[in-house]
Amino acid sequence: MAHADLISHETFTDPQPFVIAGREFRSRLMVGTGKYASNAQMIEAIEASGAEVVTVAVRRVDLDRTKDEGILHHLDPDQFFLLANTAGCYTASDAIRYARLARAAGFNEWVKLEVIGDQQTLLPDSVGLLEATKTLVDEGFKVLAYTNEDLVTALKLEDAGAVAVMPLASPIGSGLGMLNPYAIRTIKQRLSVPVIVDAGVGTASDACIVMEQGVDGILMNTGIAAAQDPVRMAAAMKSAVEAGRHAYLAGRMPRREVAVPSSPTTGMLGS
Amino acid sequence: MTESSVVTEAVAGQVVLTVNGAERRIPSGWMLADLLESLKVDARTVVIERNRTILRDRSSFDSLELAADDEIEIVHFVGGG
Repeated sequence: MAHADLISHETFTDPQPFVIAGREFRSRLMVGTGKYASNAQMIEAIEASGAEVVTVAVRRVDLDRTKDEGILHHLDPDQFFLLANTAGCYTASDAIRYARLARAAGFNEWVKLEVIGDQQTLLPDSVGLLEATKTLVDEGFKVLAYTNEDLVTALKLEDAGAVAVMPLASPIGSGLGMLNPYAIRTIKQRLSVPVIVDAGVGTASDACIVMEQGVDGILMNTGIAAAQDPVRMAAAMKSAVEAGRHAYLAGRMPRREVAVPSSPTTGMLGS
Repeated sequence: MTESSVVTEAVAGQVVLTVNGAERRIPSGWMLADLLESLKVDARTVVIERNRTILRDRSSFDSLELAADDEIEIVHFVGGG
């Protein structure tokens, strides 16, 4: 049995590399950089998560210097792949403007495209999202589109040239976990581009269950940043994403409505 | 917006423009680089829009003269999800 000690999930490699738009990434977990108590804590959490792709937002420089908000002093662009988002944009034209500004920063032509349609739920505006996707794809952007868990919208986004489609597990920052596993599975089954679940993951089990649906990756921010101990939660999310991925690849047993004994039914005493 | 036109005409030798949503007065003849220097902004760490056009060539900042009513946006990356 000695060799059994050597078998961990690290023993098993993933038969499919995680590739978006021809670029391979080392981790299926992507993380945001918002809401941390400090930049030091953010960096420590990102390192514990093992993420390579980290999202950033585009905002005005605070010219009165009340606080140092710029993130590039803390985040080495050689170590991490910076994925700019268009968070906070409520129209296609705003999102396009933000995406262009982000690209002008000179790191890459990728964008996590958000067009929000409702302030209370922060749910995406599918019409605006599709419009912005088309424009940005025409301009040479690699668009990762944050969308509702709606198959038809996901198909249209893929058709419009999105390099990845990012359906939500539940609303941004809600921590409610995956509300519609059927929809997530259906999107994954029908799309050719990577499906990355974005938003709503609240704890490690949520992340694991998301990965068990067979999706290509997860993006999360609040689930880590709002934990009591963000660095430890980041490590937990790393393990959960890997565990969920392996469980998906391993193939779960069929569900049954009745019990099936695990021990032999023969050889009982007195038989 | 008569208020802003009053401000604009107020002082000769000065230009009134908008930077990140706030009105600012600068000496006429200032280049974009002068504005950045006065704001202590390192051009290499920001992206700048002038009247909705992104200024991609940072080497042009030294010779880009600011004009009255210019709308300048100076942005950078911050934490986000």
